[in-house]
Amino acid sequence: MTNEIITSSAADLAARLAAGEISSVEVTQAHLDRTSAVDGAVHSYLHVDFDGALATAREIDTRRAAGEQLHPLAGVPIAVKDVMTTKGLPTTCGSRILQGWIPPYDSTVVAHLKAAGMPILGKTNMDEFAMGSSTEHSAYGPSHNPWDLERIPGGSGGGSSSVLASFQAPLATGTDTGGSIRQPAAVTGTVGTKPTYGGVSRYGLVALASSLDQAGPCARTVLDTAMLHEVMAGYDPMDSTSIDEPVPAIVEAARRADVTGLRIGIVKELTGEGFQAGVQQRFDESVQHLVDAGAEIVEVSCPSFTYALATYYLILPSEASSNLAKFDAMRYGLRVPPEDIDDPSAEQVMAATRDAGFGDEVKRRIILGTYALSSGYYDAYYGSAQKVRRLISDEFTAAFEKANVLVSPTAPTTAFKLGDKLDDPMAMYLNDIATIPANLAGIPGMSLPSGLAPEDGLPVGFQILAPAMQDQRLYAVGAALEARLLHAWGAPLLASAPDLTAVAKGTSR
Amino acid sequence: MSATRPWSGPDLGVSRSLDRGGLGCRAGEPDHGAEANRLTGMSELTRADVAHLAGLARIALSDAELDKMVGELGIILESVATVQNAPIADVAPMSHPMPLMNVARPDEVRPSLTPQAALAGAPEQDEQRFSVPRILDED
Repeated sequence: MTNEIITSSAADLAARLAAGEISSVEVTQAHLDRTSAVDGAVHSYLHVDFDGALATAREIDTRRAAGEQLHPLAGVPIAVKDVMTTKGLPTTCGSRILQGWIPPYDSTVVAHLKAAGMPILGKTNMDEFAMGSSTEHSAYGPSHNPWDLERIPGGSGGGSSSVLASFQAPLATGTDTGGSIRQPAAVTGTVGTKPTYGGVSRYGLVALASSLDQAGPCARTVLDTAMLHEVMAGYDPMDSTSIDEPVPAIVEAARRADVTGLRIGIVKELTGEGFQAGVQQRFDESVQHLVDAGAEIVEVSCPSFTYALATYYLILPSEASSNLAKFDAMRYGLRVPPEDIDDPSAEQVMAATRDAGFGDEVKRRIILGTYALSSGYYDAYYGSAQKVRRLISDEFTAAFEKANVLVSPTAPTTAFKLGDKLDDPMAMYLNDIATIPANLAGIPGMSLPSGLAPEDGLPVGFQILAPAMQDQRLYAVGAALEARLLHAWGAPLLASAPDLTAVAKGTSR
Repeated sequence: MSATRPWSGPDLGVSRSLDRGGLGCRAGEPDHGAEANRLTGMSELTRADVAHLAGLARIALSDAELDKMVGELGIILESVATVQNAPIADVAPMSHPMPLMNVARPDEVRPSLTPQAALAGAPEQDEQRFSVPRILDED
């Protein structure tokens, strides 16, 4: 029974909850039991809220029994990335500087989840302040890829991707600044969407780079992703960049899964050289599936994408160095007095605290951003990057005149081994090469599994990009491809992932 | 309830030692040239440059951290400097993915944090206020 609950889709659970076939307490308890059994080995969570999740589940069961009309996802539990403030639950953003911080308010996304009646199972691990592609920059240790515990689950949202791939939760939230939803989804065989910038409120999300950050849904199926997307999205007056328009009809698009006559553009610069052979092979097969489903293929070229990585690693550190200045050891978070100074000043306490509280990658990016914004170099670095950003955005606009959506592999390789790229920041940054352009332009993107690479048996991700506020196109294409792949495979990809209960025995916390 | 004045962080001596956006205060500072002179050429960050930048960013790096970061930042800078090779001569900079406009709300009282909630995460508090180390230098 338990096993069958945890491998169910959120849509199935929702339907059975609504029909009274199972209770939210049963569903929530099954996932918490799974966490007790496997998270010692996977380490998806930084904090598990056993009591809070079950309390919400009980309340939903009571309200449902009383005949109350509930949200379709009421009673379906969810894991929340630790970048989102949760009133009464720790929010660390994977950083020591926020260790033990209990926010006094909920982010808008979390408020939406609570309003929908979704039990919050816990807070998922992430690279510190979302800076990374592997969770190895988490101050609390990395998460592990359920396909191979020696490998990375992607980042920064590796806690959310691994929590789904290890069946500890049917749904999870993510944030995507340069690929932090899509790349983790790709390397774990799960699904994730970065919505149009402004589609989901940023209120209560610990900011990394404010012009790039966007929260979005993570799940194991395209329909589940759409259902969660709908809960998270919508106009919020608390976020001045929130889009005051209706959420696109994403759930309907996922259910219709229709790509007939759709023009699909293959971005020349995001395929071929630099992409692992098995990644390219699964990509090509998926494109053929879409052709078989009635789509047309066109090739598009976006030459400025070759500068996207450099542009991103100037814009992001610049914005991050400014955003992270708020960690000053005064109002919340860590305060560490310098060891060698009597009666230190606030400035000295701040500097000592930030040295003790930030990890290496965060320090690197803050200092890089400080440099890129410094007066003698502003035009050469940050100013140039902003101009290239315009070129990239314009090339997307031109590409979307030829194609309704664009596609590429999500990440250049399958999951690499923990430790492999930790000492080589530039090699780590290259993981985001295909996902970054969407953030620079603010357009929506999705990753879904396209199979296992023949050479290593690890999951490969297929990326779909659409014009701003056309998020529903992602779901139409994603659902059409998913249906054909599922038919070809005979079972969901994750059914062939290793059985973790055996592996996890003995390492349980 | 006398301590409700907004408090935006310690006095960082901004006008004296900071002239960049890293802490949100680049505009209008007079000594741009002097700042540039303190840093050496692009992609050739010296240990002293990194120490200076770390000071501006308020991170008290150890000697070992400084040594490591000089090499790493050099490699990263060399790579990101390639943005200058893009055809950007007549391109307008883009700071944001969507048109930004100032957003105002009606001037109405609405629920907000209680002082207790706002202070709950403070490292130190006193008389319903954030308690901070001294903010002035001794000189």
